[in-house]
Formats: sequence, C-alpha cells, structure tokens
Amino acid sequence: CVTKYINRKEWADLEPVPQDDGPNPVVKIAYSEKFSDVYDYFRALLKNDEKTERAFALTADAIDLNAANYTVWHYRRVLLQALSKDLKEEMKYITNIIEEQPKNYQVWHHRRMVVEWLNDPSEELRFIADILSQDAKNYHAWQHRQWVIQEYKLWDNELEFVENLLEEDVRNNSAWNQRHFVISHTTGFSDPAVVEREIQYCLNQIRKAPHNESAWNYLKGMLQDRGLSSQPGLLERVLELKETHCSPYLLAFLFDCYEDALENITQKEKVEEEEQKETLRKALEICRLLAQEKDTIRKEYWEFLGRSLRNKYGNGALSDEPMAENPEPSISASQSQEAS
Amino acid sequence: LNRNCLDASRPWLCFWILHSLELLQEPIPAAVASDVCQFLARCQSPTGGFAGGPGQHAHLAPTYAAVNALCIIGTDEAYNVIDREKLLDFLWSVKQPDGSFVMHVGGEVDVRSAYCAASVASLTNILTPKLFENTTNWILSCQNWEGGLSGVPGLEAHGGYTFCGTAALVILGKEHMLDLKALLRWVVSRQMRFEGGFQGRCNKLVDGCYSFWQAGLLPLLHRALYKEGESELSQQRWMFEQQALQEYILLCCQNPTGGLLDKPGKSRDFYHTCYCLSGLSIAQHFGNMDNHYEVILGKEENRLAPTHPVYNICPEKVAQALQHFLRMPVPEIHFRSNKRGRSVK
Repeated sequence: CVTKYINRKEWADLEPVPQDDGPNPVVKIAYSEKFSDVYDYFRALLKNDEKTERAFALTADAIDLNAANYTVWHYRRVLLQALSKDLKEEMKYITNIIEEQPKNYQVWHHRRMVVEWLNDPSEELRFIADILSQDAKNYHAWQHRQWVIQEYKLWDNELEFVENLLEEDVRNNSAWNQRHFVISHTTGFSDPAVVEREIQYCLNQIRKAPHNESAWNYLKGMLQDRGLSSQPGLLERVLELKETHCSPYLLAFLFDCYEDALENITQKEKVEEEEQKETLRKALEICRLLAQEKDTIRKEYWEFLGRSLRNKYGNGALSDEPMAENPEPSISASQSQEAS
Repeated sequence: LNRNCLDASRPWLCFWILHSLELLQEPIPAAVASDVCQFLARCQSPTGGFAGGPGQHAHLAPTYAAVNALCIIGTDEAYNVIDREKLLDFLWSVKQPDGSFVMHVGGEVDVRSAYCAASVASLTNILTPKLFENTTNWILSCQNWEGGLSGVPGLEAHGGYTFCGTAALVILGKEHMLDLKALLRWVVSRQMRFEGGFQGRCNKLVDGCYSFWQAGLLPLLHRALYKEGESELSQQRWMFEQQALQEYILLCCQNPTGGLLDKPGKSRDFYHTCYCLSGLSIAQHFGNMDNHYEVILGKEENRLAPTHPVYNICPEKVAQALQHFLRMPVPEIHFRSNKRGRSVK
C-alpha cells in the first residue's frame, strides 16, 4: 500500500483542494480514500498551475484511477513539454496503458500526440497489430492505424496485412474496410485490372463463406459509383452463384444490378420496352421474395423499395401482382391510431 | 461497484437518468430538478461549455449531456444555468478549419463533436452558419462505401457515429446531401434477423444501445426522404421491424432487479438503460406530419413517452427550449481572433 499524498512530507506545502460538488450533490460517486486523496492533490496542482516533476508523477496516479479523465491527460501533456520529458519513455508508458485499456479514447489520442512530437511512427504498425491480435475490430486501433499510414505514407505492406487478417477471419468487416481504404488511396478503383482482381477476390471469399455480408457489401461498395451494370459479365457470374451459394445478400445484389440496369436503360435512346418490363419484373420478384421469405426482418424496407421501383419504372398495366397501397402487417400487439 | 470511470462523465449520468425517467413518464421532484441545475452549474467551465465534473475542462460530450438534461428539466432555473455567450466561445475554441470539431481543447476529432456542437447550438439559439462552415462537407466525407458513416473519414461505418453525423446534418438542414438510399440500405441491414435488435457494425454482435443509435436513424431518414419527394413511404411504420426490436429489448435486455443492458449476461448501467428505453420509444411510436401510430408490445403500461429522434429528449421539451431561447438574440462572438485556427496539432 502506497502512502497517501496527504501523508507525504514532500507534499506538505500543498493544500489539497476537495471537489466542489456543492451542498446538494447529485450523481455522487463513492470515491475511495485513495481516489479522493489523489484528485484533491491534482486539483491543487491545477489551481496553482504547478509544472514540476512531482506533478508529472501524480498524473500517472490520477490516470491509473480514471484513464478517462481527459483533464488529467491534457495536464500531463503540458508537463511533458514544460519539463522536456523523455518522450521515448512516454511511449513505453502509453504502450502499457493502452494494452491494459484499449477501448479508451484518451489513451490513443495521447499516443498520437507523442508520436507526432517524436515524429517517429516506427513502432506503430507493429504495436497496433498486437492490439488487433487481441481484438481485431478495435475501432480506436484502426483509427490510429489509418492515421499513421496516411500521415507517414506507410502504405507498402498494408494490403498484405489486410489479407492476412481476412485469412484469419473473412467476416472481419474492419479488415474489409481497411482493404477499401488501402486500395482507394493507392491504385484507386478506376483501373479495370484492379477492379477485376477485387471482384475475383470477393467471389472467392463468397464461395468459401456464402453468408458473409461483408464480402457482398464490399463488392457493391466498390462498384456502385460506376454502376453495377457497368461491369460486363458480373450479373451472369452472380446468377451462377445463386444456384449453390444463395443468400439474402446475393439476392439483394441482384436487385441492385437490376435497379441499376433500369436506371441506365431509361437513359438510352433505343428502349427495348419488353426488356425494361422484364428487368422490372425480375427486380420486383426479388423484393417480394426477400420481404416475404428470405429477409423478412427487412420486410418494410423491401416493400418500400418495391413500391418505389414500381412507381418509378412501371405503370398500372405492368404488374400482374395484386398490390395493396400500404399493406398493413398482421401483428399481435395492440395498435392505435391518433391524430397528432 | 467501482464507478470511478464515470468521474469525467457526470453530466452524462444526469442526462441518462433524467431521460430514462421522462420516457417512463416519471415526474422529477422539483427539489431534485433544482439540485441537478445547481450541480450542472458547477460543471460549467468559466470559459464556457460543460465539463465531466466540477473543476474539469469543458468537453463537447458532457456539454451535450448537460444541455439536454437542463432542457428535460425545462424550468427557467435550468435554462438560466447555461451561459450562452461563453458556450459560443467554447464552440469556437474547438472548431477546426476543415469543418470538424475537436471534443475538447487539445483533444481528438470525430463526428460526435459535430453532433454535440450542433445540438447545443440549435437548442440554445447560438447557431450561425459561420460556426458550421465546412462542417457539412466534413460530415459528408464520413459516409463510406458501406453507406453508413464512420467516426472520421476512412473508417468503418458505425451506428453511433452514423447517428451523430446524420442528426447533425438534419440540424444543419443538409441531410439531403447524403446518399440517403445507401444510408438507408446500410442501417436496415444492421437489424439482426435472429435477435431482433441492432448491431453497431456489419458482422458484429447485437447490443441494446443500438436500439437507439441505429433504429433512431429510421425516423430521420423517413423525414429526409419525404422532404426529397419520396411518395411511397409508409404512413404507419418505420422501415425496421418494430415488434422484433421491442421483443429484443423487453425480453433480452432487462435486468430483473431493474435497469437495462447490452445483451443477456451483461450488467446493467445507466447508459444502456437510457438507450434501450430510447430505442423502445422509437419502436413504439410512428409519427409524421399528419399522424401518430403506435405499436405497443405487451401491456399498455409498456408504453413510453415519444422521444425526438434528433435530440433524444421528449419533443415537448425540445419545443419548449427552442421557444425559450429563440426569444434571445444570438450572441456576438468575443474572442474570434485568439481562439480560431487552434488546430489539433
């Protein structure tokens, strides 16, 4: 057990400052004696704007008690500069803290500041990889990683890093995002060779794990700006997969292809009316299939899309399906309607 | 149960608890309300904005929480706690040239800050276009290939950040600049077909708090699409499975001794209590210009008060606060040349 600050001779000159919660405090926290002791002295240091070694040492205690206290972190940074502290030592310190508390905002921001001051990112990719090995989706870790890579232009090995992560877990959506990040900032998605490679990669991953939403989202996300129907042969490849590797995601992708086709058909000079009708019919059939059988949790959404599509591209005679205007779902819960 | 980790989040505790009580239609005793006002006054920084506790530095998150809590209380005493001039100074002090905001002086940037700033500025009538110059474009750059929004540009789409970015744009009147269709597809896809609740990110687990952050997007998108001329919107339902979400919250997210939680096996806390209840309210109440339609799973007593999908306090409290502060002139900024341009680095 460590001596309280109030009992330390070398702190006797400083009057601790109790927290001013007022006479009728609310949301009171039951601080331990240790907590109150450390923070009473922290408030004293702050009040006097003291910039000494002992103040610096105390911030570590305050952080240990509450690593989310951003006021303490800010003060520690002021002291790091005022006392010209060894920033390499600070890197060791923050490394340990992050390993213990990897889901805290302040610790990652502090690390970023120290890396910036040192202008030394040399440990970062390895460190972040270690944190990700414990939690492959830690948002702060990915944020820090993207900052380091972009700031210090460390793109070279990142695609390989991503592929390894996807080998370990093809459903890691953070890794898919990183894949998109790396490619969009390096080769870009305009190069047809890159796009073909990525399509191939996606379809391979889908074959291995058909119900992986990330892979389907990536495929769509990569192509949507240019339009899904801009990629020749893709629709056919997906239709092939439908037989053996069907999923709600595959069906949604097909819907998106048909919708994109409709978007483009109507802009061309020669409109094959039969072709348009057929595409619309197929799109609406998928909406119905998803809403009623394959993706019922999203029924409201798929029915909305169906109505929208019909409204935009169809006419009364087109649809051979009876359609209620706004079908009321059957539900066992009570319902009431009031004018507002 | 060690709550030290919340020592820099005490205005949040005020908001989470007060909002839960208002959803449960449980009146706040006048003495409690007054005590909260006086406490939050002690959390207000002399340089403007609110801090996580007395004597701490101002930070946008407790600022958001404090202003919301005071608006829930809604008395003159509560409104008078807020120093509007200083609050505006604080917002300027965290504004970045690229349109983003840091969460506190010397702190980190992410899209939460834009929402916190827009929320408090609009409620207290200190909002000017200059304050949010470039903010719209910065938020838009957070919409990614998945259709949702990330915390900062480049990262994975995430429910909390998507809510913050979208709600901020709604406040700024710029939500139509998002790819609404892509955002809609992303958020509806976050409802879990088995559990009924929402996940925060693709391929991650369900969590009760996303009942608000994710499901709360549907009312925002409904209104946005309506304003864009969308004619096929339902007149009765949000575009998510309302009953399934209510089932998840009521059957899986309640602690038998009170309070709500992330998922079975987790412990209760005030954050999850607030956001599970907020999500339950969203799932129970459909409302647009013309009508209000309710779906209450279980007993009538399960009905909660409606919540405003932008601010997440009751709509009456929003209206009352706006009415109160709109009577006051927008303050002139004091220290523009000193505090502007203070960058993250």
